[in-house]
Amino acid sequence: MPKREDLKTIMVLGSGPIVIGQAAEFDYSGTQGLKALKEEGCRVVLLNSNPATVMTDTAFSDATYIEPMNKFMAAEIIIKERPDAILPTLGGQTSLNLLMDLHNMGILEEYNVEILGAKPHSIELAENRQKFRETMESIGLDLPKSALATTFEEAMDAIKNISFPVIIRPSFTLGGTGGGIAYNIEEFKEIAKGGIEASPIHQILVEESVLGWKEIEFEVMRDKADNTIVICGIENLDPMGIHTGDSITVAPIQTLADEEYQALRQDAFRIVRAIGVEAGGCNIQFAVCPKTGRRVVIEMNPRVSRSSALASKATGFPIARITAKLALGYTFDELKNDITGTSACFEPTVDYCVVKVPRFNFEKFAGADTTLGFQMHSVGETMSLGGNFREALQKAFRGLETGLQGLQNPKLEAEAPTEVNARRNWIKEKLYIRRPDRVLLVYEGLQLGLTVEEINEITGIDPWFLLQIKHVLDDENEIRQDFCQEIDRAIDHKTKSTIFAKKLRYFKAQGFSDARIATICSESLVKNIKEVDVRAVRERNDVVPVFHTVDTCAGEFEAHTPYFYSTYDATMPDPLHTAHLGAAKRGFARKVVIIGGGPNRIGQGLEFDYCCVQACFSLRELGIKTIMINSNPETVSTDYDTADTLYFEPVTTEDVLAICHAEKPDGVIVQFGGQTPLNIAMALQEAGVPIIGTKPQDIALAEDREDFSSLIEDLDILQPASGMAVDLETSCRLAEKIGYPVMVRPSFVLGGRAMRIIHNEQELVDYINDKSTGLYLSINTPILIDKFLEQAIEIDVDAVADGERVTIAAIMEHIEQAGIHSGDSCCSIPTHTLSDEIKGVIRSYTHKLGKALHTVGLLNIQMAIYKGSVYVIEANPRASRTVPFVSKATGRNVAGIAAKIMTGLSLKDVNFTDEPKLMYSAVKEAVIPFERFPGAEIQLGPEMRSTGEVMGIDRSFGMAFLKAQAGTRTPVPVSGNVILTVTDQDKEPLIPLAARLKALGFTLYATPGTKAILDQKGIECKLIVKIGQQRPHLLDFIRNGDAAMIVNTVSGSTSARDANTIRTEALARRINLITTLSALGAIVEGLETRKQEQRIVAPLQDYYAGYIQGKTNE
Amino acid sequence: MTMKIPALLMLDDGTCFEGYALGAGQEVVGELVFTTGMDAYQETMSDPSYYGQIAVFTSAHIGNYGATALDSECPGSKPEFGANGVVLHDFFTDAENINFPHFRAETSLQKKLEQMGMSGIYGVDTRALTLHLRMNGAKNGIISTNLDREYLLKKAKEVPQMAGMDLASKVTTKEKFVFDTVKEADSSKKMLSVAVIDFGVKRSILRHLPNNNMQATVYPATVTADEILAAKHDAVMLSNGAGDPAACEYAVKTVQGLLGKLPIFGVGLGHQLLALAIGAKTFKMPFGHHGFNHSVKDVKSGKVLITSQHHEFCVDADSLPANVKVTHWNLNDNTVEGMALTDLPAFSVQYHPKAAPGTWGADGLFATLRSMVENFHK
Repeated sequence: MPKREDLKTIMVLGSGPIVIGQAAEFDYSGTQGLKALKEEGCRVVLLNSNPATVMTDTAFSDATYIEPMNKFMAAEIIIKERPDAILPTLGGQTSLNLLMDLHNMGILEEYNVEILGAKPHSIELAENRQKFRETMESIGLDLPKSALATTFEEAMDAIKNISFPVIIRPSFTLGGTGGGIAYNIEEFKEIAKGGIEASPIHQILVEESVLGWKEIEFEVMRDKADNTIVICGIENLDPMGIHTGDSITVAPIQTLADEEYQALRQDAFRIVRAIGVEAGGCNIQFAVCPKTGRRVVIEMNPRVSRSSALASKATGFPIARITAKLALGYTFDELKNDITGTSACFEPTVDYCVVKVPRFNFEKFAGADTTLGFQMHSVGETMSLGGNFREALQKAFRGLETGLQGLQNPKLEAEAPTEVNARRNWIKEKLYIRRPDRVLLVYEGLQLGLTVEEINEITGIDPWFLLQIKHVLDDENEIRQDFCQEIDRAIDHKTKSTIFAKKLRYFKAQGFSDARIATICSESLVKNIKEVDVRAVRERNDVVPVFHTVDTCAGEFEAHTPYFYSTYDATMPDPLHTAHLGAAKRGFARKVVIIGGGPNRIGQGLEFDYCCVQACFSLRELGIKTIMINSNPETVSTDYDTADTLYFEPVTTEDVLAICHAEKPDGVIVQFGGQTPLNIAMALQEAGVPIIGTKPQDIALAEDREDFSSLIEDLDILQPASGMAVDLETSCRLAEKIGYPVMVRPSFVLGGRAMRIIHNEQELVDYINDKSTGLYLSINTPILIDKFLEQAIEIDVDAVADGERVTIAAIMEHIEQAGIHSGDSCCSIPTHTLSDEIKGVIRSYTHKLGKALHTVGLLNIQMAIYKGSVYVIEANPRASRTVPFVSKATGRNVAGIAAKIMTGLSLKDVNFTDEPKLMYSAVKEAVIPFERFPGAEIQLGPEMRSTGEVMGIDRSFGMAFLKAQAGTRTPVPVSGNVILTVTDQDKEPLIPLAARLKALGFTLYATPGTKAILDQKGIECKLIVKIGQQRPHLLDFIRNGDAAMIVNTVSGSTSARDANTIRTEALARRINLITTLSALGAIVEGLETRKQEQRIVAPLQDYYAGYIQGKTNE
Repeated sequence: MTMKIPALLMLDDGTCFEGYALGAGQEVVGELVFTTGMDAYQETMSDPSYYGQIAVFTSAHIGNYGATALDSECPGSKPEFGANGVVLHDFFTDAENINFPHFRAETSLQKKLEQMGMSGIYGVDTRALTLHLRMNGAKNGIISTNLDREYLLKKAKEVPQMAGMDLASKVTTKEKFVFDTVKEADSSKKMLSVAVIDFGVKRSILRHLPNNNMQATVYPATVTADEILAAKHDAVMLSNGAGDPAACEYAVKTVQGLLGKLPIFGVGLGHQLLALAIGAKTFKMPFGHHGFNHSVKDVKSGKVLITSQHHEFCVDADSLPANVKVTHWNLNDNTVEGMALTDLPAFSVQYHPKAAPGTWGADGLFATLRSMVENFHK
């Protein structure tokens, strides 16, 4: 069946802000899908609220809407754009949910919009637990025993027929939010209640536990002619019981016999047909009993998913691209596999091993339970490819960037005993808990004498995997006992020997990094052997990796796409790689390597991948050949056709150097991938790698507190007073001298960890004495104390410099005051309240700093306006988190421009000499996963905790702000009851805002203290009792659904516990929660604007073309 | 760790790979072919149609789930033999030291290989070897723990070429036998009696017959047409098998004697023999088709089948007479994957229907055979 010619305009739904369980992988699949649709000549209309995505670049769609992803907005877009069809299968659960809303609303039928990919009926069958069960039973497939409940009573009934442990799964929630495993009736009651509340349709499934069974996933595709193929089978190393997103996963499947595999494959095909996926990819999860082989169906997602992104990267098969083409009516046999040029209708086969390891950020949510379960908690992942499982696993661990050099003993709690037997038993105990570091615990447990059988019994991890891990341990012991001496001798005597080389290659093939070998040798020989020493010995002995091609076919056909990974488990160069290097010499003028950001984590996410991708695109425009190095399977940067060449490798000095030695690039870009490439920039430079753009030493200068401070002083720029102290007494004196409030943090912790705002000496003493912060004062580990600029307005500036000139891309004004991490605050372009004079100072500082730091490329500066003066907080001559937002707001590809500058062009050459002036407003708002970490404090602070962002764009600040709010999960209400409960400090400033809320028609409720002040000023409000003895109190009010909005501020630790109870409740019920008065101010302004002007729904293209003009501060 | 005995794999063009001895540890020779299937290693190794060949597994890990008699492809009455030898990448010798982890496993692969008397080499850079074979075509080679490379090269060069070699007569059953695993009879369908000519038949192919209400009587490859006709079977199946079809003149003659007298269904080598019997030609492909992911387009339905394949030789499409229509094409290289005679009740496929190892679901063919039988007797 050829392509359908009647589908001319296609609307695609994105996945909105990055949240846990729905991350960058949908930007990857979305971008790939959009490219495929454009290639087929479709007119593409895109809706996605997330400005950090590559897919929302106007290059990928004809009408790009960055608007809140709700049915009203989508309906307006449909009415305006009249799409022939809508494609909801590329944007995760968000887009399926939105599609269902649109479908139920009748708008699709009314405007004759055909649904491509998966029909509402199929989505319903897959998502509704009961219907899914009935469908599976009707085709004779087995499922765990289960029952459905919509009330607590029904849940109690359901449990009667199912034995513990049981699993509780709420319907229609992201990543299983609100679910869990109950081992006893008390736990069951608690989880069942929570689950019913969490489900938007108040429904839970109570299910027989298949804990410890093998967890197997199939990525399946089907076309309109009913051809079905399996792209990839994935086996979870962590058996059932840990969410697949939090599990270490492996491809291909390792521990199933062919008979089992084929049976699952047949089941998968029957499921796809029964659910009715029409054209595209889907994901099916099975559990297989390791003792009997009994197999049960767990779930099915009728769309591309995190696993399909992984499967695409693991095999080279572009699932999203083919999904988009199948949606247009093609059948498989009409499509080609881009990598080999053979038919796309085949099942990829691989000759290597792929391992994905998740990355967690529990440390950012103090107080939260770190046990893994059915709800996903990881915020990112790294994938690695190796010649065998051991090599891949070790590569993945070092690619995780958590300080691990490979598979090694974990850093355990201080309470872990040191005596061998006691420690072994302690570890054994801990293995029962599904901890994020369990595989490292297994490693140390094996070392201390636990057996494979014992560990298998406790963890359910298949013996095959455990034996592989043990293999690594045996090899480590061999290095420790014998081989270390040979290495030592080879270092000392600078020798070269074939026998030594062969041995070293063997250990490298087991995945040991140079750094790991150096550590083992150092420990064993009690001397300092460095990574560079091992590298030197290795290179002298010609033990270098071989680069293999990811070719989808295990070498059966010739591959044309340069997608490589390294392995030492090979002896001869891959001729495809050799040919690639040869061809590269001929065809292109220059080669530039762009180093990516590795696994996503809070603070370093999609934004940096966006920058890397833009760098690839813009350098390609200049005819430069681009080489991408990254280890993150979720991203667009690791798509096989983003850069000219892709190396899927851990971003470590060793791995990057190996590639540079093979490729011999003319330049390497380190400033786009966040902190990851910067961490290795100096080492790369020392090894002779040509880093282009701002020099690593200038980047380091900006990061060094003291050096930077003196630079600022020399430039005559204001900065907050600061200092360092090494004990309690000097800390108090220093704080006194600087003047309270102060901002404090341990010197050795990065990323805002344990940062606190301190208002008086007592708080400072408490902070220093509080051991949970990890702060132990000493000469080597001082405390950093900065003046906290209270009530200051925080400013972010993004600029591009070419060494001569500096052009500002945008000045952003934060809504929240200084003290809240810039990544978590809401901000606006253009600035909203700043005078021309202040802006003048900001510009002059930016120019001064850009020149002083010899910036070539991007520059981000954070400033604060305190009592009318501009202070510089920090400057970073590299890509910032705000670059994609600035690019989407201004329509200028800031990262792409910077990349061109780094190759030697001037700002004039690339036509970027003037700061863009916006006649409309764009507001960015952060999305924070508090609901995933029950027990953690729900409060904005100096530590970043957001995972994603949305953008609102409109004529005025007020409307843009409201859209940004609506883009997060809780839109601003326009009427109803508002609860006000604020700190004493906030009471005075609350008065005018309360009056304006009143005028907007809200009914005000206030806690006694707040009410007293409002009463004084004659602002009518009702009393609401604080949480305590007297009922009904505030919490009852919230639970009864009587609150439309809650304004709750706290300072210090006072009332923080009550506040957390209130906030948890608000989050659970999706009630708009405001925790700062500045945010309330913006909301009030937005609501007032709303009364005067109509919001507009327009694509970015209209804004950029100047069709939309509003009133701004420019 | 178990003792590793160094071994070499020498190709007849002088390319040499290092590794360690596996299985029985004997010196073995054969034609090297690579298979891209990621599992089903035991089924592949014990497939009689690999006779004369050394199977190179492209998958990184082999042996993970042990071995069991259930996965042997040699039908009951025949001794266990398949490939001459095997070449593996990462192989887990440690696994034999513990109770084998998979519930189906009776023993480890190493032990199974020893039992079967099969030898091989592991720890080989199989990707380099595979790419070498793909670019230079299938090669003969030798695996040995004798590390004298000159000796090995000389021996490798002495290995006879596959083209022109009749191997079917070597792997066939010596005696006629009835394949006994009859499934519960489906009373809605008449039980058919099918004569299977064994050119190296796999158990998983035989197994389809009882599952489709057909009783299989397996004959040696050298059986004559008269002998089969005398036994009054309802149909004939020409099995898969080893070697060059053109070298099996006796079989071609038998097929010619059966054409038009009984409905005929050919699989693999049987498909090639049917082609030769009607005057078409076969040729040797550069490196064959081996694996479970080969796309085949069914001309009639328009659908694509993902099939299991193992063949070196192929039917030449241009040589097919006018009374043949091609029913299946390979999507990747457009070779003939299936054909049917327009004037006589005979059809065949190159791939292995619903085969173990490999994909299931390509088994409508037995229904075709049944209806052919029904129409033939009308």
